[in-house]
Amino acid sequence: MEHFMSLFVRSIFVDNMIFAFFLGMCSYLAVSKTVKTSFGLGIAVTFVLLITVPVDYLLQTKVLGDGALAEGVDLTFLAFILFIAVIAGMVQLVEMIVERFSPSLYAALGIFLPLIAVNCAIMGASLFMQQRILMDPETSTQAISGVGDCVAYALGSGIGWTLAIVGLAAIREKMAYSDVPKPLQGLGITFITVGLMAMAFMCFSGLKI
Amino acid sequence: MSLFSKENGEVFTSPLNLNNPITVQVLGICSALAVTSQLKPAIVMGLSVTVITAFANVIISLLRKTIPNRIRIIVQLVVVAALVTIVSNVLKAYVYDVSVQLSVYVGLIITNCILMGRLEAFAMQNGPWESFLDGIGNGLGYAIVLVIVGFVREILGFGSLMGFQIIPDSAYVENGGLYINNGMMTMPAMALIIVACVIWAHRAYNKDIA
Repeated sequence: MEHFMSLFVRSIFVDNMIFAFFLGMCSYLAVSKTVKTSFGLGIAVTFVLLITVPVDYLLQTKVLGDGALAEGVDLTFLAFILFIAVIAGMVQLVEMIVERFSPSLYAALGIFLPLIAVNCAIMGASLFMQQRILMDPETSTQAISGVGDCVAYALGSGIGWTLAIVGLAAIREKMAYSDVPKPLQGLGITFITVGLMAMAFMCFSGLKI
Repeated sequence: MSLFSKENGEVFTSPLNLNNPITVQVLGICSALAVTSQLKPAIVMGLSVTVITAFANVIISLLRKTIPNRIRIIVQLVVVAALVTIVSNVLKAYVYDVSVQLSVYVGLIITNCILMGRLEAFAMQNGPWESFLDGIGNGLGYAIVLVIVGFVREILGFGSLMGFQIIPDSAYVENGGLYINNGMMTMPAMALIIVACVIWAHRAYNKDIA
């Protein structure tokens, strides 16, 4: 239980997808104009992460890993292709399920759902998970050694991403009334804002959990 | 149309400056920020992305008439993923230390928006040669920004370039000098602020970019 909490809290604050690893930056910058849509995107990202990370974990440990399929067979080099195929397929599936059972959520998420397939945060979470499998669960609090760990990690990463995008959207809504130098307007000032937010998040890096 | 006509020249040069993927189109930011704490990984990353963009563009451009419209994204992703797998294994074989530094970001070239953006916007409509030039141009436009950011961060953060010490040892405070490395530059946050400065300078110079 402690291990789950540690993974969960660390992936929200310390290993934040945006502020520590810059994952999912493209949609982060493009969609963070209003709080409402950015919250919708955050939920969608969390949702897809929750499905793809455990599936990719099972794929990695049961099929791709060294000696997982048959003695002496290591298919790790296929990981990129399989992970991206799983992600693209899952996004399609999630889209169909959401459309069937919750048309209102589907309408709210709109075009963001299909775009998630090429969001680096999703692929990045799977690749980090792949690295963390190699860690020793006895000594490292960050090791991932089961589907439960994957769910905790995916949920934490998704909530961290949502937190970051909603925070930026709230700041940008206020910033619309500020007098920014012309060449810095739009993209430039947004980058500086994210930089300052990242510095603020650095204070969590000393957190011992 | 000849291979080196004026139009093709423009296809190649516009992403280097007026249509730069990072500062103007805002694509492929994730890796641009994450790998630039030193110059060497920045250069390797820039070259990898250039090679992958160019060849993915050529392959998709050759296939563009046969790909059914509904499944084109998956086809594009698979082509890119195959190329990234090759590049990642080449990096592991020849520059192992850099590939360890780049860690997951090599794999993340698959979801780099520059690739998907160029495949969708250019390679699906144009012939292989134009697509090749477009890929090289966009890759180099991306690499230039990476090299600038990597240069600034490494020289201020570590006092070195490509791993070689540039600031002399005697200039440091420990040895009786006046200089201290700026540790902040090695942190992720400063990457964002330096990219912001690059964008600022670029837009101040080219006033017509909206």
